Parts: sequence; C-alpha cells; structure tokens
Amino acid sequence: MTKFEIRGLRADVLIGEEERQEILTGVDLTVNSGETHAIMGPNGSGKSTLAYAIAGHPRYEVTEGEVLLDGENVLDMEVDERARAGVFLAMQYPVEVPGVSMSNFLRSAMTAARGEAPKLRQFSKELQGAMKGLGIESAFASRGVNEGFSGGEKKRHEILQMELLKPKIAVLDESDSGLDVDALKIVADGINRAKEENGLGVMLITHYTRILDHVEPDHVHVFAGGRIAESGGPELANVLETDGYERFVKAGA
Amino acid sequence: MSNTKVEPKAHSHGLGQVPISKLGTRGSHDVNDFPVPNGREEEWRFTPLRRLKGLQDWKGTADGKDELTIDAPEGVTVEQVGRDDERLGTAGHPADRVIAQAYSSFEQATVITVPRSSTPDKPITVDRKGLGGTAFEQLVLDVQPMAEATVVVSNTGTGVRSGSLDIHVGEGANLTLISLQEWDDDAVEVSQHNAVVGKDATFKSVVITLGGDLVRLSPKVSYSGRGGSAELYGLYFAGDKQHHEHRSLIDHNWSYTRSRVDYKGALSGEGAHTVWIGDVIIGEGTDGTDSYENNRNLQLTDGTRVDSVPNLEIFTGEVQGAGHASASGRLEDIHLFYLRSRGIPAEEARRLIIRGYFWDIVNRIDIPELRERVMAKVEEKLVAHE
Repeated sequence: MTKFEIRGLRADVLIGEEERQEILTGVDLTVNSGETHAIMGPNGSGKSTLAYAIAGHPRYEVTEGEVLLDGENVLDMEVDERARAGVFLAMQYPVEVPGVSMSNFLRSAMTAARGEAPKLRQFSKELQGAMKGLGIESAFASRGVNEGFSGGEKKRHEILQMELLKPKIAVLDESDSGLDVDALKIVADGINRAKEENGLGVMLITHYTRILDHVEPDHVHVFAGGRIAESGGPELANVLETDGYERFVKAGA
Repeated sequence: MSNTKVEPKAHSHGLGQVPISKLGTRGSHDVNDFPVPNGREEEWRFTPLRRLKGLQDWKGTADGKDELTIDAPEGVTVEQVGRDDERLGTAGHPADRVIAQAYSSFEQATVITVPRSSTPDKPITVDRKGLGGTAFEQLVLDVQPMAEATVVVSNTGTGVRSGSLDIHVGEGANLTLISLQEWDDDAVEVSQHNAVVGKDATFKSVVITLGGDLVRLSPKVSYSGRGGSAELYGLYFAGDKQHHEHRSLIDHNWSYTRSRVDYKGALSGEGAHTVWIGDVIIGEGTDGTDSYENNRNLQLTDGTRVDSVPNLEIFTGEVQGAGHASASGRLEDIHLFYLRSRGIPAEEARRLIIRGYFWDIVNRIDIPELRERVMAKVEEKLVAHE
C-alpha cells in the first residue's frame, strides 16, 4: 500500500537566465495505491507543470511544498532516484534520443528499477510480450528512443515503459491526446493492466473525458490557475463534459 | 617520381578560363614551393604550430622507427618500394608544406595492390606502431577496377609522423578504408589522404581519431570518371589538451559524382581543441553533382574549443544537390532528463546518449570487433571526466 501526497506545491517555470514565472500556486492531493485520480482542466492551467515538477524536469523549479511517497520527500531525490523509488511520468511529448536503441534504453531502465540486469532471454521475452499487448511491432525495439515515432507510437511506448518498470505511482500527462479510438483503447487497457497487476496509483492528466470511459476514475479534480479548484467523484467529469471549463477559467484568472 | 611545380589542377571539362578555387586543390610535391608557415595562413590558422615538433620547417633527421605489420589476404600484393616507383605521388598533390616535406623526405614507401576484379575475403590490415622519433611515410592503396576491399589502417604508439596515403579506386571498384588514430598522448601526426575515385566506383572512408597530442588529417577526394561516389565519415574525441584537426576536400571535378561527409566529435577537458574544415568544390562544366556535408560537435566540459568551417564553392548551375550543416553544443539536458526519469543513473544516461550520438558513425564500420573497440575507447575517454 502506497501513499503519495502532494502538499502545498508551488513551482515556477524557468524561462530564461533571469526570467521565471510561477505556475503552480499550491497543489494538495493524495493518491493511494490502486486509486485513479483524473486531473482535468483547461489548457495553460498548469497540469503539465505539475507532472514535470513531480518528475524533476530541469526547466521547472519547486519553490514550496513537498511530494511524499510513503513519507519520503521525492523532491529531495535526484530525477533518477525518484523513478527508482517508484514514481513514473508518462510525458505528453516524449523525448527523442537519437542513436540510443529502445531495447538498450529499456534494459538499462529495468536494470536500474530492479537493481540487477534482467537475463537477456527473460528480458527479450518480457519486452516482446509487453510490446505485443500494446500492438507495437517488434521492429521498434531496435529503433532509436522515440526517433521518428508518430505521436501515437510515442504514447504507446510511454505506456510500454510503465508496464515494464512497474512503478507505484504513475503520472500520465495527456497519454490520451492525439490517439484514435483504437489506440486509445489499447493505451487504456495498458493502464488498467498496470492497475490490476501492480496496484498502481494513477494521476491521469487529461483535457478530455473520452479516456475516462475506458479508465474509470475514483476521483476527478478540476485544475485551474495552478491548483486544484474543485474535486468530486466520476460524475464531475460529466459536468465538465457538458459545461466545459469556463467557470473555472474565470475563477482561476 | 614526379616533382610537379605548383599548378592549378583543372576541374573543368569545358573551354575557356579554368576558375581557380580559393580552396586547396593546388599543391606541390616540392617542399620548397611552400613558404614556412607563421600560423596566420588560412590553412594553418587553427593549428598550434609550436606543437608540430618542427615539422613546419624541418631541419632534423628522420630517425623514427615503426613496427609495421601488414596482414593481406591471398591475392593482395604488398611491396616496399623506393622513391623512384612511378606509382607514388599520383593521387594528388600535398596541400601544405608539412605534407610536401614528407614527400620530399621519405625513403621507402609501401604499395598495396588489390588486383582487378578480386574480392579478398577479409580486410587488409595495416598496423603501424610508432616507436618514437620522426618519420616520413608514403602508403599507396591501389584497388584495381571491379575489385572490392576493406582496408584497416591502425596507428598506435608514439613519435612524430607525417605523410600521404594515396588511394586509387579503379573503375567500378569498391573500397572501404578505416583509419584509426589511436596514438599515445604525446604523438604528432600530420597526414593527407588522397583518394581518386574512378568511374562508377565507391569509396567509403571512416576516420577515427582518439589519440595523439596533435593530429591533423586531411582527407581529399577527386574523381577520375562519372558516377563515382565518396562517403567520408569521421569520429574524433579530444581529451585534455588534445588537438584533433580534420580537413576534408571533395573536388567534384567530374559530372554525376556523389559525396557525403559526416564528421562527429566530442571534446572533454581543459584545452581540448577540435577543428573541422569541410571543403567542397563543384567544378565548372560539371552536371548532376550530389553533395552534402555535416559536422557535429559535443562539448562535454568547460575549457574546450571547437572550430567548424564548411566551405562550398560552386562553378556550375547544374547541381543536383549541395548542402552543409554544422552544429556544436552541449549535451541536451532534456535527453538526460528523459533517460533519468526512467531510473537510469546520470552517468549511465550520459554514456548511453554519447554512445547514441556516435552510433551512426561507428555503425559505418562493418567489422563488429572494431566497432566495439572504438566504442570502448570512447567510453574510456568519457570516464576520464566523470
């Protein structure tokens, strides 16, 4: 049982040498193992900043607050330590790393996560199995990390990484955007598998309610003005679907 | 032996005035045709002359000794010849005083011949281990028409070395040349590769420079017929105080010739300096040239210096493609972040990224053990600054 707590989190985006702008204005949220929290909100409300601040992106700086994983402040950890502690971020725009093959990358990541290198045969079996489950052709394993992948292919590979690394908490930043209905279903199935198999706690950041038809949220939060403006049950998503974010944009502004 | 005076090499097949390129197609085999450089000349301005061990104004004796091991598969001939062998000096002129000095001073040369239509079943290897001193050397690779070969020239050890590697790729022939500069830290090498690529011939050069105090290598390519193709790949990694300079020149003196130049470097440590000069000439009266050159440099620490200068001179309107790109910078923090966000520790993430950065060059080496050897050396140099 894992408890993931975000307390009073404030963060700036670093724009230039001297220039910065506050984006997160005090975020409080608790996610337990097995729970799915949908974080919904208009563009520019700071949803992605929340994701990046948790993961330790170099262009964001936390100015206040803490992020506790079973009582340990992950903000005191290096980026790679956070991941090894069990926090995973599926990025909205996964990064292309030329020349580093997907399989080398994944084997290094799994080695880091598990503390020992998986046996080659075991690794390749596990990788092929996970790729198959996400409808990814095996040829992708020898391509460079995200190199020349389409938007949808990148999203699937983020979920692939999540399934292989078996984190405790996953922050999924718009893992649904840019996917057609079939791909959305495949990605959603991957998330549900990770929940079932590993009791994964999920922060599902999304702009649309569509994915919530496939990944059922326990809680829905509206994000506006750099913090959670309102929380409720799954029914809140339906309200947003009908009324949009207008009310919150005004409130947040 | 030919001791030709300075003269422009014609790269024109039309009538009228031959344009004389500013770039180094001119040259001479006679050292006296070149003034002693003072370091302000275009071709010397990036090279620290005081580290040339006097090569620029040579007055000493060539006292250098090498341990030379040549392994040639059956059918390939290897000859040691004297200055009067008429195959010497026929692939191009020395472009600077040091190379001309080497041509004026060498006593013995090696000629390796891959006979017509032969396809040796394994690479020809030339292992040269410098045992100190100064030596001037000439090596000729004659790959005759329709032959197909891979040659690996490996330079290790120490000393001051200068000379030319003349390469003839006959009509329809195919040569891959891998040249490794893995010198000890105090070695100095100034050398020139002169490749003449025949009609419909294919030449691929992979230059790997990791060692030495100063390495200045000038790979030059010209063509002796239509349809020739040349690909020049390079990987260099300059550590503390190392100077690695590569100066390529592709002279598209025939129509329908193709060239690709792709050099990638890394620098790490105080005083590491790399120079890449990429000259391309598309000759007057030629048609259908296809050329592209690219240089990338990765500056891994403070205190490094990169010079990267692409030059393109076009004397015809009928070009199929000609372009160049050059970029130098630091490791992308976003690449590091991505790998680390998956739990990969910082040093390993760095290692993976740099391996990946060099991969498309290293991958041009078709010999797996050699690829591994190069990557292992690169990683050794990386560790030095972690």
